[in-house]
Amino acid sequence: MLRRIAQKNLARVAGPSRARLLSTTAPRQADITLTIDGKEVSVPQGTALIQACEKAGAAVPRFCYHDRLAIAGNCRMCLVEVERSPKPVASCAMPAMPGSKVFTNTPLVHKAREGVMEFLLANHPLDCPICDQGGECDLQDQSMRYGSDRTRFHEITGKRAVENKDLGPIVKTSMNRCIQCTRCVRFANDVAGVEDLGTTGRGNDLQIGMYIEKTMDSEMSGNIIDLCPVGALTSKPYAFQARPWELKKTESVDVLDALGSNIRVDSRGVQVMRVQPKINDEINEEWISDKTRYAYDGLKYQRLTTPLVREGNRFVPASWETAMETIRHGYLNSGARGDQVKAVAGALADTEALVALKDLVNRLGSENTTLDSKLGDVPPAQSVDIRSNYLFNTSIENVEDADAILLIGTNPRHEAAILNSRFRKQYLHRGTEFAVIGEKFDSTFEYEHLGTSPKDVEAFLSKGGNKGFGKIWKEAKKPLLIVGSAVTETKDGAAVLKAVGKHVLDNGNKFLTPEWNGFSVLQRAASRAAAYDIGFTPSSSASSTQPKFVYLLNADDVDPSSIPEDAFVVYQGHHGDHGAQFADVCLPAAAYTEKSATWVNTEGRSQMGRTAVPPPGASREDWKIIRALSEVIGQPLPYDETIQLRQRMFDISPTLVRYDTVERPSPEVIKTGLTHLSSAQSQAASSEPFKKPITDFYRTDPISRASVTMADCSKAFTKKDYPLGNVDEKAQASYA
Amino acid sequence: MIRSRAITRSLPSLSSASKASSSSRIAVRSLATVSDPPVRHYGGLKDQDRIFTNLYCKHDHGLKGAQSRGDWHKTKEIILKGDSWIIQTIKDSGLRGRGGAGFPSGLKWSFMNKPGWEKDPRPRYLVVNADEGEPGTCKDREIMRGDPHKLVEGCLVAGRGMNANAAYIYIRGEFYQEASHVQQAIDEAYKAGLIGKNACGSGYDFDVYLHRGAGAYICGEETALIESIEGKQGKPRLKPPFPADVGLFGCPTTVANVETVAVAPTIARRGGAWFNSFGRDRNSGTKVYCISGHVNNPCVVEEEMSIPLQELLEKHCGGIRGGWNNLKGIIPGGCSVPVIPREDCEKVLMDYDSLKDAQTSLGTGAVIVMDQTTDMISAIARFSKFYKHESCGQCTPCREGTTWMMNMMDRMVEGRAQEREIDMLLELTKQVEGHTICALGDAAAWPIQGLMRHFRPEVEARLAAFHAKNGQTLFGGRLLSEADMRYALPDNLGGDAHRNIAQISAP
Repeated sequence: MLRRIAQKNLARVAGPSRARLLSTTAPRQADITLTIDGKEVSVPQGTALIQACEKAGAAVPRFCYHDRLAIAGNCRMCLVEVERSPKPVASCAMPAMPGSKVFTNTPLVHKAREGVMEFLLANHPLDCPICDQGGECDLQDQSMRYGSDRTRFHEITGKRAVENKDLGPIVKTSMNRCIQCTRCVRFANDVAGVEDLGTTGRGNDLQIGMYIEKTMDSEMSGNIIDLCPVGALTSKPYAFQARPWELKKTESVDVLDALGSNIRVDSRGVQVMRVQPKINDEINEEWISDKTRYAYDGLKYQRLTTPLVREGNRFVPASWETAMETIRHGYLNSGARGDQVKAVAGALADTEALVALKDLVNRLGSENTTLDSKLGDVPPAQSVDIRSNYLFNTSIENVEDADAILLIGTNPRHEAAILNSRFRKQYLHRGTEFAVIGEKFDSTFEYEHLGTSPKDVEAFLSKGGNKGFGKIWKEAKKPLLIVGSAVTETKDGAAVLKAVGKHVLDNGNKFLTPEWNGFSVLQRAASRAAAYDIGFTPSSSASSTQPKFVYLLNADDVDPSSIPEDAFVVYQGHHGDHGAQFADVCLPAAAYTEKSATWVNTEGRSQMGRTAVPPPGASREDWKIIRALSEVIGQPLPYDETIQLRQRMFDISPTLVRYDTVERPSPEVIKTGLTHLSSAQSQAASSEPFKKPITDFYRTDPISRASVTMADCSKAFTKKDYPLGNVDEKAQASYA
Repeated sequence: MIRSRAITRSLPSLSSASKASSSSRIAVRSLATVSDPPVRHYGGLKDQDRIFTNLYCKHDHGLKGAQSRGDWHKTKEIILKGDSWIIQTIKDSGLRGRGGAGFPSGLKWSFMNKPGWEKDPRPRYLVVNADEGEPGTCKDREIMRGDPHKLVEGCLVAGRGMNANAAYIYIRGEFYQEASHVQQAIDEAYKAGLIGKNACGSGYDFDVYLHRGAGAYICGEETALIESIEGKQGKPRLKPPFPADVGLFGCPTTVANVETVAVAPTIARRGGAWFNSFGRDRNSGTKVYCISGHVNNPCVVEEEMSIPLQELLEKHCGGIRGGWNNLKGIIPGGCSVPVIPREDCEKVLMDYDSLKDAQTSLGTGAVIVMDQTTDMISAIARFSKFYKHESCGQCTPCREGTTWMMNMMDRMVEGRAQEREIDMLLELTKQVEGHTICALGDAAAWPIQGLMRHFRPEVEARLAAFHAKNGQTLFGGRLLSEADMRYALPDNLGGDAHRNIAQISAP
């Protein structure tokens, strides 16, 4: 707590010129030039020497240094020689000085590093053959260069033995291997907001742990496994599953929330073995949430692998021909005309499938394209004609510039865990102020709670206040207002957006400038932005029509009452989850790791997911199923190849196929959108409190609901029911 | 008898030292000036020149007693003379930090007043390091017990010099009585208006806080101390940034030893030149020495800098137990500096430069005397154990090295080691030294280096005796006789040459 106060004070008093934070993104300063191994390099002032060395092409070994974490300088592996310095210098902790001469390859440096390596290995167990880190272990790699070929450590006292800690169902610990680099501690404190991971004891008895026996309760905890340079923290679900060199690595995009975190899918044969983060500074930096990382085992269970046709009370496996024929009969027999054909898209529907399905439904004469969220089958309150009304206009990266943030009806920790880590960073390093209107949540930053209901939103935005956050909000230069996606899923959505639109327009000089967009909507489902982009919303006449033929595309959160008893229902998806229960015919489709598809994240950034493994059994890529069905029904869609479909997507909205970029709307466009919102007819805001849309972070979609790991996490972290002391004592005894 | 010999013995080195300095001062010498300048003899501080007049706590330590001894006399005038005058006076006095490193105090304090410091809105702090934990050292304790007002006044004077808003006195947790006395002094000073708002009526606001530590030696390291005051684990910070830029609570801070701060008011009152008149060039002033160990009368005494070590012991401590010849070695500056043998003890002067020439250091001025009854290996091994126990565990060389060194030293006490391991141990100390965040790694390495430099034959004899009794020892301390001779012995255990091939071939 003291630290927090100190840091906050510091941030206020000292401003951005805080000297210790070499790692944080600071305003770019003038370049300085220095010489490294006889090679001149120019780096921005304030760069750590280790980064300058890297730029000069000199590899510097390190354990504790990580460019996204605070600097500890405690492993002493990165020692380099600096001219006129009597002692070798830890290059991670030393800012690059103009004109200095640095040597990374001298006998002095080698001797120093070899000394440190010997000390590190002195108490490190020699269990590489049974260690999960083998093959991707920094200690193993660097000992090849700096380690001796034989040991001098023969002490009769033996090596240090440390008890393993139980951090929960995700992180497996083997604390004998720990080299006390404290990367995990710094990550937990600075990024994940778990302030009770730390060190106890001192000297050789220094241990990493949670101080008391408890689990590491964080939705970001999996990242410490990647950060650990040795095998002390490894993955429990992945334990002894594969070696890194056996894995095929496919770069792809995560779809379990709307951020579109970049991932690397590691697969062996037809099986996804693990999911790792891929660096993308504009989205997820180097982190991914535990759901992104560990829901992959859900891809193995509850899968639809063959088309199923309902016969009485049970599903019978069928061939694709039979299934398609059954659908054609069902469609014709249902007598659906025009808007009586209803399509419902779920959270995991890819853009290609959405476009194909909308095209098909439109060809059948219907405008009844809906979403499976609450109020998804009526025209949305935010009017999707203008893109800025439903996107995260600020962009994830620029969030870090905000100086005051107001969250309305959203819990970013569960709806966008990675974005939340940026909030934490701001909170610690910039002293950004936060306020929340909506249900309270267990946050990783301090916030002022301004109310719970739409009425409180209206009250705060119209009146404000002269103390506390009200004052800060008025004085903020770059205020950021974030509306949660759940807000538009309530009947008060229009009223809230009206108040928000009016407030933003009134303060347009602060919210909407060429440099700053302070109005953002935070989506939580991967398909939502794309669905709005292509207009996958019903017309108002269609929404009042009783459907006779319902096509569920990955729609698992669908409200059962919206599906009439006598309607013919087709479910297309990859899991036999909630939505499949209503179906007359189930069509097995591919999950996100099994298809090459386009995803649009909450910023409106389209990204390409790539095929890591083939779809199981008879399942097929989504858009191909719809294309095939269109042929059977007699309304063939005019594209046979992906490239043609992408051309069609380009015709609908060019942004859909401009991959990896965000097209930022101009302030004028945003203003037009907001004018539309603020002038909309709406009933008065009620005092009915906002509800969190996600009650269990670990079980939000068919994949995570099918995942055993996620079930364990839900039990441990959501229900707080975890048998501590799960460390295998027998295994430990065998080491001793 | 002993005493006179000591003085004559110490003379040659003295004259040579002063010659060197005088010849550089007088570059051109006319023929008329034949004689050398008189040899200056250091030591024998007169009572009127003592700064700490209640070191033995024989008088009242409260405000009244302190004022009767001259404390708080015209402090207001000193404060009103301003920061640059105070710092210049300290610079003139040649005061060097009394905590061990011996950095010139005036220079250090001036780092707080960089050009443009007035524009920095952050508060500024003086932190007084009263976490006196170095084995053998007990000078600050006596100062705080007997002369707490000197410290509080020193905080104000030094704080004014560096334009600090407040002083934090971080006192070792075990010092209960001392903490009470200092707190009493602070309370009295506040009540008398000497500190606090408008301190001494000078218009300068200055607060003094006392913070009790929890007993970790590492918290005496300046940045670890800052962390500890902030409520964190006492682990040294990385430098740069130095505390003068980013220190306590992220604000400009200077950490100074109790003795350094406590002498400041007297220097300001009596002038830098007065203080500078004691001791050799660049080693000026008076110093509180604490002598412990095998002397007849262990004591804490204020003496002039550059007093010959032998004279210090003879004059104030009643000599070595059993006579000078019974001396084995002396650790002249607390347990973190290397030991020196008797021959060196006869030559050295108690100041920074002379002891540095003898490959040791003045440290805190804690003289630990060991006579012939001392098991030197065991003594140094105990130090290794201390450093192993007090290492914070933050950085690798210290965390792993101190433990390893302790294990090896423990074996050497018994003799359970191979001769080659002495060199290996020395190599380990070199691997630790200079590679750590703070100086604790160096402090752990130096005593062992000193031991091997001066007492290696003793260690070798210990090993030989053990081998004679128990047979060959392998690296790491196992006996060759314990090795299973049916299997090949790894060739890095140092036992190969002695392996008995015949034994293996026997059934």
